Amino acid sequence: MDQIYQLLAITLGAILANNFIFSQFLGICPFLGVSKKVDTAVGMGVAVTFVMGLASAITWLVNLLLVELGLEYMQTVAFILVIASLVQFIEMFLQKSMPSLYTALGVYLPLITTNCAVLGVALLNIQNKYNFISSVVYGITGGLGFLLAIVLFASIRERLVFAEYPKSFDGFPIALITAGLMALAFMGFSGLKIW
Amino acid sequence: MNLKKQFVEGLLTQNPVLVQVLGMCSTMAITTSFFNGLGMGVAVLIILTLSNVIISLIRKIVPDKIRIAMFIVVIAGFVTMVDLLIKAFVPALSESLGVFIPLIVVNCIILGRAESFSYKNGVAASFFDGIFQGIGYTLVLLAMCIIREFLGAGTFGGGLLGPLNAAGSPAGIQILPEQFAIKVLTLPVGGFLVLGCLIAAMQWALSRPKKNKEESN
Repeated sequence: MDQIYQLLAITLGAILANNFIFSQFLGICPFLGVSKKVDTAVGMGVAVTFVMGLASAITWLVNLLLVELGLEYMQTVAFILVIASLVQFIEMFLQKSMPSLYTALGVYLPLITTNCAVLGVALLNIQNKYNFISSVVYGITGGLGFLLAIVLFASIRERLVFAEYPKSFDGFPIALITAGLMALAFMGFSGLKIW
Repeated sequence: MNLKKQFVEGLLTQNPVLVQVLGMCSTMAITTSFFNGLGMGVAVLIILTLSNVIISLIRKIVPDKIRIAMFIVVIAGFVTMVDLLIKAFVPALSESLGVFIPLIVVNCIILGRAESFSYKNGVAASFFDGIFQGIGYTLVLLAMCIIREFLGAGTFGGGLLGPLNAAGSPAGIQILPEQFAIKVLTLPVGGFLVLGCLIAAMQWALSRPKKNKEESN
């Protein structure tokens, strides 16, 4: 039962209270870059969720190997290589077997390598001393949190066209202010401690 | 090689954060105290300069197709070194920056400069590019830190100056009485708002000279 409670706590935390974007500042670049339209935002969010889940699982196993060999200080190098090759493999796999999904995700796949949410979740799993199942759950739910944030943000950004604001705020500044106000709203979840 | 042009570009017209809008995660996440900002800025400056030099050295022998992977390996190597050095000599910084030091690997500024500058230019030019872009980044971090600290807690120089707080680290010099501080600016929300306003100010400043020229024409 304890395990289930812990997983639920991780899920709620990763999606709402400690959202990767709004409270941990991980993955801001794609969040700002790929959020001009809702459908591309959904594509990016799904791709990130998928990669984060897989990367959590694989880096957890890689870390076991590193600890076994006494090479913990190589963590960063090993993880980024694992993530880069994972993304490359997923790209090749999707291209061969699911071309429709591949074209839908398109440019976003290679971009994920430099998404700090992916490397971040791998490092946080180790830092928080999660076991294998918790790591995978944290990866997937963190990705879902990212998906939620980017879809909400994209739908607000689409409506920004009708908003009136000073000309110097055009582009990134107004997007950042919007994100800031969303972060304020998400702060409301920080009191969410059921267990 | 044009040092003056590179200097102005790094600090102002091509500032990595305010104009190129790269490396946002770290800019917003760690700028809560002056000490954090300075530490992060210097760490990125060193890594950026070293990786720029190495990448421009190996640019002729690296095949085009695997260049991104090569860049990442070079950068990750330097990040690991700096991470270990910080852990050994400035443990307080390592504790307060946490996961954001290893995350310098995926800081888009470094990869961006590798791809757009040092892969195409000579060693000396890449070296100075690293230094100036690094300074540009550090200055933005410090500006963010000072604004967020002053408005959010009424202090200056947190982590470096002032009396010790309960956690045993310097809390900064109190300039504004604490009850007037806007607490929310020290929270994640403040990062978004302050950076948004800074970029807006930069866009305003950069668009001004152009307007003057149009008027004089």
